[in-house]
Amino acid sequence: MKGCISPSVHLSELQQIHTHYLFIIMLKGLQSCWDSDGAIDMGCRVTKSNQLQLKACDPAMRAALLIQRWYRQYAARLEMRRRCTWNIFQSIEYSGQQDHIKLYNFFGYLMDHFTSASSQRNLVSQMFRESDMFQDVEWERQFCYKDIEVPDVYGGPHLSFPLTVSIVTELVDAFKNKQKLHARYVLQLLGKTWTLLRLMPNISHVCSCKHTEITICGDLHGHLEDLLLVFYKNGFPSAETPYVFNGDFVDRGKESMEILLVLFAFLLLYPLDVHLNRGNHEDHIVNLRYGFTKEVLGKYPVHGKMILKLLQKIFSCLPLATVIDQKVLILHGGISDKTDLNLIAKLDRRRFVSALRPLTRREADGDDEDVSAGRRRVQSLTHGLTGQSRQELPRHSELHSGSGLTGRSRQELHSGSGLTGRSRQELHSGSGLTGRSRQELHSGSGLTGRSVDEELRERRRLAGLSLSSDSQLGSAEVLESDAEEWKQIVDVLWSDPMSQNGCVPNEVRGGGCYWGPDVTQEVLDRHKLKLLIRSHECKQEGYEFCHNGRVLTIFSASNYYDVGSNRGAYIRLGPDLIPHFKQFQASRSTRELTLRQSVGRTERSALQALRMQLFTHTSALIREFQEYDPQCTGVISVKHWAEAVEKVLRLSLPWRVLRAQLVTSTRDGTLNYQHWLNQLSVIQTHTEIANTSLLETLYKHHSNLESIFRMIDTDHSGLISLEEFHQTWRLLSSHLQTVISDEAIAELADSIDFNKDGSIDINEFMEAFRLVEQCRGVGEDEPAPQ
Amino acid sequence: MADKYNAETIITETQKRISNAFDVFDHESNKTVDVREIGTIIRSLGCFPSEAELHDVIAELEEEEPTGFVRYEKFLPTVTKILLERKFRPIPEDLLLQAFEVLDQQKRGHLEPEELTKYLTQEGEPFTQEEMDEMLSAAVDPDKNVILYKDFISFYWQDGHPEKQTKWSSNNRVDEMGSSDTQTAVAGTSGAAIT
Repeated sequence: MKGCISPSVHLSELQQIHTHYLFIIMLKGLQSCWDSDGAIDMGCRVTKSNQLQLKACDPAMRAALLIQRWYRQYAARLEMRRRCTWNIFQSIEYSGQQDHIKLYNFFGYLMDHFTSASSQRNLVSQMFRESDMFQDVEWERQFCYKDIEVPDVYGGPHLSFPLTVSIVTELVDAFKNKQKLHARYVLQLLGKTWTLLRLMPNISHVCSCKHTEITICGDLHGHLEDLLLVFYKNGFPSAETPYVFNGDFVDRGKESMEILLVLFAFLLLYPLDVHLNRGNHEDHIVNLRYGFTKEVLGKYPVHGKMILKLLQKIFSCLPLATVIDQKVLILHGGISDKTDLNLIAKLDRRRFVSALRPLTRREADGDDEDVSAGRRRVQSLTHGLTGQSRQELPRHSELHSGSGLTGRSRQELHSGSGLTGRSRQELHSGSGLTGRSRQELHSGSGLTGRSVDEELRERRRLAGLSLSSDSQLGSAEVLESDAEEWKQIVDVLWSDPMSQNGCVPNEVRGGGCYWGPDVTQEVLDRHKLKLLIRSHECKQEGYEFCHNGRVLTIFSASNYYDVGSNRGAYIRLGPDLIPHFKQFQASRSTRELTLRQSVGRTERSALQALRMQLFTHTSALIREFQEYDPQCTGVISVKHWAEAVEKVLRLSLPWRVLRAQLVTSTRDGTLNYQHWLNQLSVIQTHTEIANTSLLETLYKHHSNLESIFRMIDTDHSGLISLEEFHQTWRLLSSHLQTVISDEAIAELADSIDFNKDGSIDINEFMEAFRLVEQCRGVGEDEPAPQ
Repeated sequence: MADKYNAETIITETQKRISNAFDVFDHESNKTVDVREIGTIIRSLGCFPSEAELHDVIAELEEEEPTGFVRYEKFLPTVTKILLERKFRPIPEDLLLQAFEVLDQQKRGHLEPEELTKYLTQEGEPFTQEEMDEMLSAAVDPDKNVILYKDFISFYWQDGHPEKQTKWSSNNRVDEMGSSDTQTAVAGTSGAAIT
C-alpha cells in the first residue's frame, strides 16, 4: 500500500532559486507552445537519438508514428486508471478485514461480559454451542444420505460409487450447464471425501516423477469458470496430470459448492495425484460472512444445514501443506519465524475447526464432565499471555484498526484479544463456578467503572492465573502447547509476506503474521527447502515473486474484484522444480468489453465501494469538515476535503485524483460538504427509518451483524426472533460503546419485522442496506480526471 | 503572463501530480518504481513521447549501474522539468485526423483492419500484437468491420466518460474460451513480476 507522499515545498533559499529556475522553464514551455507549428510536431523533430524519425519523411511512416504515439499515451492513461482502481479495491478489502477483528473481539466480549442471570446468556450459549458432541461414527449416521430420495423428475447429474472418469467428466459438464447436484449425491460424495481425508497426514509429501509436471492452483473463491478454464488449458487431474489446489475454494464467488464437489470428485478418483491444502476460507465462521453459507442454504434449503455441518468436518480435515520433492513447500497463507513443519506434522489438525473458535479438548481425554451439557474448556488463544514481545510495525501501515475499536491499542489486537481461558461450565449454569470466577463475572457487568478495554485486559490476566489454579484443567503446559499449535496453524493459513525484514503480527487480517525475507531464508533453510509457494493474496497478473524469488504467490481467481481487475494464473512444476506460469482471464463477460470499457466498469464498481465507505463514516466526516469550517459556512476547499477524507477513512488513496469522480459539483475549488454527503448515497429501505444516525451505525456493522445473525439462526431458517435481534443489538452496541436507546432499537426491530409475525427475515434485513448509486447527472461537464 | 505567486502554485501542483502518479506504481512504498513502468507514468501525466524519446528519458533516469528501478529523487526533478517545459506535447485532434487520412489513400473515409494493422505493426515504432489487438477492439465498427476513423477519433478524444455506450461495444476480443495466453518461463531467482 502506498503512503501518501506530498513533497512539501518549504521555500528555503535554495528552493527559491530552484523554483525560479523551474519558473523559467515553465515560461519557455509556454512560449514554445505558442510558437511552434503543430505540423512540425509530427515526429520529425531532430533530437540526438531520433535518427529514425529524421529518416521518416515518408508520410505513411510519419502518420503511423503519430498514431502510435497517440495510442500509447491513451493506453497508458487506461493503465493508470486500472492501477488506481486496483489500489482502491485492495485498500477496501484489507480494511474490510478489520471487521473480522471486530467480530472476533465481539465474541471475546460476549464471553466475558454476559451475566448468568441475564437472558442474554442463552443467546450467547446458543451462538457458541459446541456440536462436536458425537463420535465420528455417530456423525456418519447423522450425515446419512440413504434416506434421501432422488425424484424421477430430477434432471441433474447422477453419481454412483466408486467414481469413474466418465462419471466425473459428466459431473463437470453438468455444472458447466448450470445444473445442480442433488443433495443425496452431495452428502454421499462429501461423506466419502471426509472418510478419505481423515486418513491423510497434515502435510502431504509428493514426489515428482521423471516425466510428470505438477500443476499448482491458487485461490478459486467460487469462480467455477476459472477452474474450468484451467482444466480446459491444462487437462483434467489424472495420474499424468497431478494437481495441488492451494486453498480458498469457497466464498465470494457464486459457485463455491460446485468447485468443492468437482475438487472432491477428482480427489476421490485420484487420491494420490490430487492434493488439497486448507485455506483460511475453509472455515465455517468465515463462510458466514463471505457468502458460502448463504450459497449452500440457498441451493439446498432442506439439506443445507447438514451439508454445512459435514463441510465443517471436512474443512478441519483438509491437509495444511504439501511438500514436493522435499524442496518446494506449498501452503495457503505463509509462515512466521516460529513455523515448524515437524510440529505441524504432529498436531491434531482436526481440533482446529475455525480461526474464530478456540481449540477444544477431545472427549477421549478422560474428561469426566457431562458430555451432553456441552461443557468444554475454552482455551486461551492469547499468545500474548506467554510473553511474546510486541513490536511496533516497522512498515508504514496505513491500515489502522477500524473505527469500531475504540481506544484499543495495536497490542491488544495482536494478543488475539477475546477468548479467555474460561471453562464452558461457567457459561451455562450458575453452579459449579469457582468462587473467584463467579466474582469476576458479576463484577464485570459494568459496575466497576472500568472501561471495556481495561475490563478485558484484567480478565485476560486473571484468566491466565485462574487457569493454572484450576485443577480440572490439568497443568498449564496443556495450554501452552495448544496455543503454540494454534499459532502454527493460524500463521500457515493467514500470513502475508512483507518486504522488510522481521516478523510482526498481521493486524490487517487479524491473524497470522507479516513475515520478511530474512524469515523466509531462515525457515526455508532450516527445513532444507528451496521455494515457498503460497496464495492468499490477489495479484494483478495472477502470480508474483518476492523475497528474492524464494516466495511465489499464485492466485487463480481472475476478475476477482470485478470484471477486468486481474488475471488468474497457475504453475507447472517439473522435476527441475522451476516454475512455469500460465495466465488466463475468464472472459465470458470480458469478451464483450473493450479494454476501455472493462477498465471503466471496474472503476465504477471501485468507486461505488468507495462511496459506501464514505457513507459509513458520515458523522466522522462532518466533524472533520467542520474543523476546516469554523464559521459553519457549509463550504470547504477541495484541498481540505481531501485531507479530511484521508484522515477519516484512513485509506491511503490518491484522493485529489479521485475527487473528480466522487465530488461532482465544485465551484472555484470549493464544495458544499453537507450537500455532497446527502447526495452521496441513499439507503434503500422498505419503511421509513427516520433515525439516520442509527441507520448509519447499523450499516457500518452490517456485515458483522449478518454473521452474528446467521450464527444465532442455528436452524438456518433465515429468521431470528425480535427478541434475539434486540438482544444482539444491545450486546453489540454496548461492546462498541455506541449510545442507542432501547426504544430506538425496539422501534427499528419492529419496523423491520415486515409481516409482523414476531420474527425478522435476515435476508430482507440485509437487503435494506443495499446502497443505491445516485445519478451523477449534475457533474457531467466536469473536466476529465487526470 | 503568470506571476511569481501563481508560478509557485503551478509548480507545486505539478509536483504533487507527479508524486501521486509515482505512488501508484511504488509497490513497496520505498520511493522506487520499476523502470518498465516509467512510460506509463509519464504518459499518464499527459505527455506524448515517442518510444525513442521515452528511451532517452529512461536513460536519464536510470542509475549509473542500472538496478531496474528508478528512484523518486531522480524522477521528480526530471519529470517536473518535462512537464513544465511541456516537452512532449499532446497531438492536436486535427493532426491525428490528418494522419489517418494519409493512410487512407483511396479517401474512402474508413480503413480496413488489415490495412491499419499492416501500417501500425510494420511502420514507425511498431505495435506489438497485443497493442494492435487492443486498438482494433476499440476501433473496429462491428457491423461494417472497418475503422471509421473520424468517429473513432472524436469519440476517444476526451475519454472522460467510459460508461457512455458506443457502437464499438460488442467486439470479440479473443475467440477461444480463455484470453491472452502468456507463457513465461522463469528461472529460480529472476522474477518476471515486480518484487
